[in-house]
Amino acid sequence: MQQIFLFLYRLRALLLFLALELLAVGIIFTHNSPQGAVFFNSSNKLVGNLLSVKNNFVSYFSLYTANQALAEKNAELLNKLDRVSPVLDSANLSIDSVLAKNFEFWSARVINNSIHLNQNYITLNKGTKDGIEEGMGVFNELGVVGRVKGTSNNFSSVISLLNTNLLISSKIKETEVFGSIKWDGLKSNEAKLLYVPRHVQIEPGQEIVTSGYNAVFPEGIMIGKVKSVNPGSETNYLDISVSLSVDFSKLNFIYLVKNDSREELDSLGIEMETAGP
Amino acid sequence: MTTGKIVKYSLSFILYFLIQVFILKDLVLFGYAFCFLYVFFLLSLPHELPTIPLMLIGFFMGLFIDLFYDSLGMHTASAVLLGFLRNPWIQVNTPTGGYDDNVPPTLLNMGMGWFVFYSIPLILIHHLLFFYIDILGTDLYLPLVIRVSASMAFTFVLGIIVQAVFYKKERVL
Repeated sequence: MQQIFLFLYRLRALLLFLALELLAVGIIFTHNSPQGAVFFNSSNKLVGNLLSVKNNFVSYFSLYTANQALAEKNAELLNKLDRVSPVLDSANLSIDSVLAKNFEFWSARVINNSIHLNQNYITLNKGTKDGIEEGMGVFNELGVVGRVKGTSNNFSSVISLLNTNLLISSKIKETEVFGSIKWDGLKSNEAKLLYVPRHVQIEPGQEIVTSGYNAVFPEGIMIGKVKSVNPGSETNYLDISVSLSVDFSKLNFIYLVKNDSREELDSLGIEMETAGP
Repeated sequence: MTTGKIVKYSLSFILYFLIQVFILKDLVLFGYAFCFLYVFFLLSLPHELPTIPLMLIGFFMGLFIDLFYDSLGMHTASAVLLGFLRNPWIQVNTPTGGYDDNVPPTLLNMGMGWFVFYSIPLILIHHLLFFYIDILGTDLYLPLVIRVSASMAFTFVLGIIVQAVFYKKERVL
């Protein structure tokens, strides 16, 4: 018995090494699961506050561009409002206007962002206290940014579109062809449109928007433009490169969207799956 | 290990950590070259420090940095590996006449030739593990090679400058 203890004692550094590495690998896997506890990342209180303080200093440098972008978004919204508002004749009102309000919107500020790794995350300065929930869509005036992965009281952590684990249901605006946007980990301004069959005609320059099928984003939020189309190497799908409309290196203010009927849609999906053929 | 030294190394731990997460995190050259200056903190700890505390220091340094990088576990795993391999590697590199006590393995104390031979392989292993974990599940091996080599160059150059400017020679001649 004593021999065994002596033996283990001699190996103590190796054993501790293995234990610490196992611990590290454990947290890597729990962190990178698409949904999971986030108490131990940049959305925790202390880290979030520190990042927030830093961002208060740094954000002054990008105030001009941020203001410009906000002004442009305002102008766009005013245009839309102008088109929507003149419904004076009640005959033009849709009957189920109560049910039509499916989406709620919030705004928040980016306090931490990375674009150079393969699993990039963004931290926002709002959390459960402000009504932010897991699974909300995140976008800015240029297009889709990501999806909320987890929240703490005051901060939330977002899986960036620049994360090889995130798929976003999307379609080509003109032709209504569906596919999934996924980042390939190479350039911060390019992604791939997956699962588009070979027979589909696609031209470079066509716009890609969210499809509204996955119930995270409303339909029609900009994602990017088709950059090049090639026949896929071995699959039945086309290899489509998309230039993203969002400049991820200059994220500042973003919007969050919550689909109020998401639970309903999700549970319907689960029912369909469990019912099976 | 005197109290003064413990204070000195604790302050330097905090300083390396703050510089890493608040300045160097946003400084990625050409989208490929990262600077993980904090490895130089682990490299320049006294050579008398046993492997176990070294790994624990690496573990916490890595963990704290991971919190800010949102790369949970990646810096931790790499820094622990670095801590585990450092002392054996120092043993391998023992200069003729052995090491002097109270002389930490820094650039000015040990000389450029020794320091390059000591630091480059350890930095390589650290960066390789970090970026390998990052690409797990994909097949982006070419970007991996570019990232590792570019980051090694950036980390090493900045590390050497820091060593030359802020560390002083402690070797008694």
